[in-house]
Amino acid sequence: MRITYPHMGNLYIVVRALFTNLGLDLVLPPPTSRRTVELGVRYAPEFACFPLKLNLGNFLEAWELGADTILMAGGVGPCRFGYYAQVQKEILDELGKSMEMVVLEPPDVSWREVRDKIRCLVGDISWWRIFKAIRFAWYKARAVDTVEERVLFLRPRTYEPHRLEEYRRQALRRIDEASDKREMDEILRDFNNQCRALPLRSGPFLRVGFVGEIFTVLEPFANYDMERRLGLLGVEVTRSIYLSAWINEHLFGGLLRVKGMEHVDKLAAPYLNSFVGGHGQETVGSTVEFGKQGYDGVVHVAPFTCMPEIVAHSILPAVSKDYGIPTLTFYLDEQSGEAGIQTRLEAFVDLMAARREKRRKENL
Amino acid sequence: MIKVGIPRALLFYFYYPLWRAFFTELDIQVVVSPETNKRILDAGLRTALGEACLPVKLFFGHVLELSGKVDYLFVPRLISVEHKEYICPKFMGLSDMLRVRLANLPPIIDTALDVSGRRGLDWSHFFEKVGSIFTRDRHLIKRAYCSALEADKNFRRLLKSGLLPPEAMDAADGISEAAATSVASPGFLKIGLLGHPYNLYDSYISMNLIGKMRQMGASVVTPASVSDDLIDNQTKRLPKRLFWTLGKQMIGSALTFFENEKLDGVIYLTSFGCGPESLVGELVKRWAKHRGNPPFMMLTIDEHTGEAGLVTRLEAFIEMIKRRKKNEDHVPSYGQPVHCC
Ligand code: SF4
Ligand code: SF4
Repeated sequence: MRITYPHMGNLYIVVRALFTNLGLDLVLPPPTSRRTVELGVRYAPEFACFPLKLNLGNFLEAWELGADTILMAGGVGPCRFGYYAQVQKEILDELGKSMEMVVLEPPDVSWREVRDKIRCLVGDISWWRIFKAIRFAWYKARAVDTVEERVLFLRPRTYEPHRLEEYRRQALRRIDEASDKREMDEILRDFNNQCRALPLRSGPFLRVGFVGEIFTVLEPFANYDMERRLGLLGVEVTRSIYLSAWINEHLFGGLLRVKGMEHVDKLAAPYLNSFVGGHGQETVGSTVEFGKQGYDGVVHVAPFTCMPEIVAHSILPAVSKDYGIPTLTFYLDEQSGEAGIQTRLEAFVDLMAARREKRRKENL
Repeated sequence: MIKVGIPRALLFYFYYPLWRAFFTELDIQVVVSPETNKRILDAGLRTALGEACLPVKLFFGHVLELSGKVDYLFVPRLISVEHKEYICPKFMGLSDMLRVRLANLPPIIDTALDVSGRRGLDWSHFFEKVGSIFTRDRHLIKRAYCSALEADKNFRRLLKSGLLPPEAMDAADGISEAAATSVASPGFLKIGLLGHPYNLYDSYISMNLIGKMRQMGASVVTPASVSDDLIDNQTKRLPKRLFWTLGKQMIGSALTFFENEKLDGVIYLTSFGCGPESLVGELVKRWAKHRGNPPFMMLTIDEHTGEAGLVTRLEAFIEMIKRRKKNEDHVPSYGQPVHCC
């Protein structure tokens, strides 16, 4: 059995760690590329959301590499995510590229179900080994997030953005290859040392919160590398959600009990008093939070036609007004133009800079 | 007399009799927005988010139409009306979107209906809460609830008899028996029409699709007349339980229609950019293609859809069916399946 999974940013590092330690035979899809998009768009429903199309492209490319089984997360509504697998299977079957689909369905996920699913993939396996594999994958997720967080901080500050990207790439590659926790600590130490040696500009820097539909936030290919673009424009970006949080929420259904998004949902309540699927409520709540913390702006990303984010976007003007924080929403899919995105980002950065300047003058 | 406004949009077409009976029993005057017209549509387009789907935009227009004329707006938060099912994320944040985007609205009654939630808020809780806004008399609320259920039952019965929701509402009021007979009179063709109720039965938005089909000699069957049991049975065959109530109705009805040999064709009307239908419609389209029978056509509408284009496609589809029907009299029925979508 040769198993593949859909890409989402750096998730592959975590998945590889997990699979290898469980003794599963992983076929990593090639990194998401233009070709992935083309394949996905060609065969996916026209109005399906962008993540479904990209996933489908991943599956088709993995199939070419010999994958015969797909492992992915599921869902029980209200959003489309929970029915991705069934539609994708239908499409793959029709193309004569049938693959087995193993779907982890929250929130009914329990340790027992995780084990049953794994057992049906690898045969008998002890609890201890499963536990160890999951724990190790989790360390990797945390390590990846540590690196990413640091890079977000340094991007506006460094004079040598290319060096920084190189350090990041190196660190991620080494985390991917690391085989125990000690090694990972070492990698993080090296990375920090490298970063410390970088000469840095002094601030102040514009601070922007990055919110929206999770796949689009976490997959640079889907968000047209927005974090890096903002960083290069001199903006310090703070993400509303990290990989480890997603893994916990979707794959382990809260098994690991990391801090959830409840506090953010509470912040959203005066504006959006219900969950709306996906991360719509978190988008609103996080924007409130960034507003409270005096950020200069919020950039909001969503796939074209994304329902929860359309609800959130409808509501953001009120948050923006109450907290005096400008927001900028992008709906993204295969047809988005890079030039347009860059122009809008630059205009937004100018706007934030002007507002800051105005405020500074008023305070004098 | 207190006035409560109900927008003639979204699930109005499913729940109006239920809601109206409840309020009427409480001695509250129910005001419904007029049928969709250009003014209402334009108001919706002006105020709703450009990226929203047409039905949501239209809801904004209907709300504006009522605003200023009523004491309360009734926009229940329909999270889940069936166990472990949802309608659509946009329904869940509807009242919040309205509050943010429209100024000077009367108070909105947006009590939640969420039968799947942890607190299992079903219709009886729902009406208890809504009723308590207006009266402390729990007996009265109870009575209003009972008469609401009664009205709803009557409405459902009329639907199952083949009346379309607007006709069933009229018939329940004893307004128009004529409408009822027009359905019963057999058309030359019989066509299954799939789509969310707020698209099918809003004749402005659908560009009077049903009327046009009838004029072309087709009688129309919609999901409203397919029984819940049948839908449940049909959708049991799905690889995974579908968690959208409307989506389930579409798939269950589609499968029923596909199996119905008396149907000459199936049309599926969807909104541009509709999330659930992007997947549900895709599945239906694929199954139709596999079966090759009956002929199937998908129509997608939004605010830019021109009437001429729609008519052309409809005419072509109906012509094709008529030709095919004629041929069937001459050639064996295993002739080429015809496709159009
Ligand atoms: S949250 Fe958005 S992207 Fe995700 S399934 Fe729903 S509509 Fe699609
Ligand atoms: S189900 Fe589709 S048409 Fe209806 S509100 Fe949701 S997205 Fe819009």
